[in-house]
Amino acid sequence: MLKILKYSFYDLMRSRWSYVYFLFYLLLGVVLLFLNNDLSKAVITLMNVIIILVPLIGTIFGVMYYYNSREFTELLLAQPVKRSSIFLGQYFGVATSLSMSLVIGLGVPFIFYGIFNSSAIWDFSLLLVTGAFLTFIFTALAFVIALSNENRIKGFGYAILLWLFMAVIYDGIFLMSLLYFEDYPLDKFSLLATMLNPVDLSRVLILLKLDISALLGYTGAVFQKFFGTNFGLLLSSAMLIVWVLVPTFFIWRIAKRKDF
Amino acid sequence: MIEVKDLYKKFGKNEVLKGIDLTIERSGIFSVLGPNGSGKTTLIKCILGMVLPNSGQIFIDGKPLKNNFKYRNEIDYLPQIANFPGNLKVSELIAMIKDLRDSKATKDDELIELFKLQPYLNKKLANLSGGTKQKVNLVLTFMFDSPLIILDEPTNGLDPISHLRLKNLINSEKEKGKTILITSHILSFVEEVSDEIVFLLEGKIYFKGSVSELKEKTEQPDFEHAIASILSSSYA
Repeated sequence: MLKILKYSFYDLMRSRWSYVYFLFYLLLGVVLLFLNNDLSKAVITLMNVIIILVPLIGTIFGVMYYYNSREFTELLLAQPVKRSSIFLGQYFGVATSLSMSLVIGLGVPFIFYGIFNSSAIWDFSLLLVTGAFLTFIFTALAFVIALSNENRIKGFGYAILLWLFMAVIYDGIFLMSLLYFEDYPLDKFSLLATMLNPVDLSRVLILLKLDISALLGYTGAVFQKFFGTNFGLLLSSAMLIVWVLVPTFFIWRIAKRKDF
Repeated sequence: MIEVKDLYKKFGKNEVLKGIDLTIERSGIFSVLGPNGSGKTTLIKCILGMVLPNSGQIFIDGKPLKNNFKYRNEIDYLPQIANFPGNLKVSELIAMIKDLRDSKATKDDELIELFKLQPYLNKKLANLSGGTKQKVNLVLTFMFDSPLIILDEPTNGLDPISHLRLKNLINSEKEKGKTILITSHILSFVEEVSDEIVFLLEGKIYFKGSVSELKEKTEQPDFEHAIASILSSSYA
């Protein structure tokens, strides 16, 4: 698997898109720092961008990479390489290179700005870690979709829908149900609903770390009580890991049964 | 060396292979023939493990294929359509496949010389013509010394000189005692090189034997007419 990972990674490192993605984050970091002139505020703005954008890029890139490398995949399938290694290697190749673009692209401007001497370092690291998690989660979901759809247009369509659902529609439904059932105690429900969507989970994690949960009112207090504890942090990290592992398992399973 | 037992495969509602039994024991050149959609490529892909059969078993050297991938070290496969990752250079692709197979004894230099590919080594695969890609494909296939070679439409897009070189190459591999499995629509090529013919029709093996046996069976004077008579009798 490592060999496939290596080749996928090299392949991506040479493609224009990794650079575009890297430069975008570099630019974003620089611009935000100049406009805000304050590390903590820049981190908050950045969070809003990352939470929406990272899943989108991960999804699109994952689907695109899978469909574009079909030929390569077929070449590999005739070689003495395990099937699961081919697909898992490609997946980790894509996810790693995307995460690297994110971490390095954002890291460089913040390091130059002096993040190491600032109290925001932990918030910033958490931001990068969740960003990397989101990349791994959504790239895996994209691979699952691409593997189960032979038709590229359909695959792209489902992938975009998935992103739209997770990043936008889910929140809408969540809010509506909170309004609709406002007469009932909802703290358990909202905790659970947050856990089940990696985008929401990442957002809440970062918001609470930034200590602006007071803005969230009563819910914020409930969340702070839960996520603010070590147990909450552990559980939500575990949840993010589960969100990586489950789609990865599906990649493995679908790849094993597929005809080429 | 290859044993296929009662192999069934369908894609959706389309039944492609309907009970294939095939044993290839000795070395030599075996051609798999059949009209379009008769299941030639599917059969080959089943042997390679790229397509998973619905039922039936395949053994290579007595070992079942299921959940096994190492056996592909013993197979050189030439895919039908030479599609390669476009942003790799020819030399990089060759180096990569060598790396993946962990094979020390390769003869890629010899083959590059044979097909006159030196000027293309530093070009990206996306910029090569169809015939040149097929030559690269041939280099990738023949550079390892595996006992079983599977060629899917090897003559696709080749110019006459390369065609001739390919024929010599195939014959020299045969003399080393290898088993070579070919599918092709070019009957003159098949007649010239093959020792035995496997004729697939609608997912079943219709005929297995030498060219002369086929001529006898169909009572036709030449190979092309023999094939045509099978097809017309089956479609009639």
